[in-house]
Amino acid sequence: MTTFYYEYIRYRNFNFEGFFNSISDYDIERVISKDKLNIYDFLTLLSPNAEKYLEIMAQKAHRVTIQNFGRVILLYIPMYLANYCINKCAYCGYNADNKIKRNIMSIEDVRHEAELISQKGFRHILILTGESRAKTPVSYIKTCVAVLKEYFSSICIEIYPLKEKEYEELVHAGVDSITIYQETYDEKTYDEVHLSGPKKNYKYRLETPDRACRAGIKNVNIGALLGLNDWRKDVFYTALHAKYLQDKYGDVDVGVSVPRIKPHIGAFQPKSNVSDKNLVQIILSFRIFMPRLGISLSTRESADLRNNLIPLGITKFSAESSTKVGGYLEEKEYEDSGQFEVSDNRSLEEIVEMIRSSGYQPIFKDWENVI
Amino acid sequence: MEDELIIGNKKITNRLFIGTGKFPDDSLIPDVIKKSGAQVVTVAVRRVDFGKTKEDMTNYIPDNCILMPNTSGARNADEAVRIARLARAMGAGNWIKIEVISDNKYLLPDNIETIKATEVLAKEGFVVLPYVSPDLMVAKRLRDVGAAAVMPLGAPIGTNRGLKTKELVQIMIDEIDLPIIVDAGIGRPHEACEAMEMGASAVLVNTAIATAGDPVFMAEAFSNAVKAGRMAYISGIGAVKKYAEASSPLTGFLNL
Ligand code: SF4
Repeated sequence: MTTFYYEYIRYRNFNFEGFFNSISDYDIERVISKDKLNIYDFLTLLSPNAEKYLEIMAQKAHRVTIQNFGRVILLYIPMYLANYCINKCAYCGYNADNKIKRNIMSIEDVRHEAELISQKGFRHILILTGESRAKTPVSYIKTCVAVLKEYFSSICIEIYPLKEKEYEELVHAGVDSITIYQETYDEKTYDEVHLSGPKKNYKYRLETPDRACRAGIKNVNIGALLGLNDWRKDVFYTALHAKYLQDKYGDVDVGVSVPRIKPHIGAFQPKSNVSDKNLVQIILSFRIFMPRLGISLSTRESADLRNNLIPLGITKFSAESSTKVGGYLEEKEYEDSGQFEVSDNRSLEEIVEMIRSSGYQPIFKDWENVI
Repeated sequence: MEDELIIGNKKITNRLFIGTGKFPDDSLIPDVIKKSGAQVVTVAVRRVDFGKTKEDMTNYIPDNCILMPNTSGARNADEAVRIARLARAMGAGNWIKIEVISDNKYLLPDNIETIKATEVLAKEGFVVLPYVSPDLMVAKRLRDVGAAAVMPLGAPIGTNRGLKTKELVQIMIDEIDLPIIVDAGIGRPHEACEAMEMGASAVLVNTAIATAGDPVFMAEAFSNAVKAGRMAYISGIGAVKKYAEASSPLTGFLNL
């Protein structure tokens, strides 16, 4: 069975430097005016040289987004079910080596939290766990999904990679979307930052979206943790991956996230720094390359930046996020530190108001569970 | 002159149908409907919050409009059928626009699955309006299995490219004894007008209105264009001649 791994291999030794050095202003202008872009056109927009074309790219990205999605932004909320993890990822606060309080939500609390969140209006929920098949087995996820189904129209999982059969089970239980980040597409760096644990298996993780798509998932979100490696390379492979999934699984909605490394417990120094300007170039390039690609923005980014990114191609927005287990319950019985720092702490009302005042409509529901 | 379009026993006098996705604010919808005079409004079932929260878009649709829920999000016949049943169970009436799309790049409809869904739902008493890629044989099959109208695309959804499929749509209008409603692709009022001049029974417009600088004013422009096209069609458009008629004919001496 072919998977993205084989596609990746074709580009593994791509000469990025040579390519970027060969890009002229004329090349960039030609690509911006094209209707259909190939992967090299994408890389052209991502080149250092294209930085001076950001405004023209923004104009185009804005037009393309409105034409394809209208002036609407889908709102979702993350819910951390547990923070047990057997992996040692150098960049993550949940790393098994970190001495933090580990928690898992009881089913009653999942219900309670679901009630509180859905009362606010949310209909799309993203549930997360660390990787621990012992503490959070598929059966536990399934039980949680059964409860959440009563409150939400769309359930997305961001958990450890599963087998195809297991995805089928979860689809059957009511899961429609998955989020899985490759973190970095560079095999060597990947090996370096994943110190131990099952996540060390690069190929198995890379092929996760393939397994999920074959199992009938409806929506797949991928991404690289920007900063782990040269971001231009990682973004290139992310786009290659997104395009591959869209071409191969035509009935699946493909989306990307553009998370930048954020402070957490335990110091990790990112390899490359991704500036706001870089982030904008990434978003614009994605949008122009794949007009129908979903692009999510989390509360890792500051309120101010999020406001400004709305017209540039974003389609999904998280709001009022807590990255702590049980973070929405009033009695903070699960006291722990979050997976990463939340930068946009505004209330849902404030975010809704901001989206409206930018001339966009916040959408709470864009999927029906019955499907 | 009376000029009514009858679909599923309902009389429709305004031949501009409106879609409700993509608006910067749902609260614009009542004005868009009012200014355009639209009587048929389509709503994606996947966007409707059956919990009836304040964010539910159907709150903005006046009661005197015909609600045409659509099955957007469905990737095969089975999913479309389930959405249709859900919409009816939730009180959205028995009109249904079938949208089956399994191609997320161009959003082109899957005609074969659409025929299957139409057959099932027509049997269950739905007024079924299938959205299809224009194809005469598909339209015939849809008619045979009980479609109430056929909705061919003018160009892929959201592209605003206009009536790219003109020749094929014209053949459907000429050959199929069902209302043919051009849906998707229409970007400017003159394109809606053109579809109506060709004899289309109605047009459905969403993106072009919803993403206009002033959606309410644009809705009015479309409404006028649709009316103009319809009037031209009814009046009988003069034949387009490929040659000039000379004022002093060369064969006059034959006394034809
Ligand atoms: S990134 Fe995920 S797998 Fe790695 S330590 Fe954190 S929670 Fe565990």
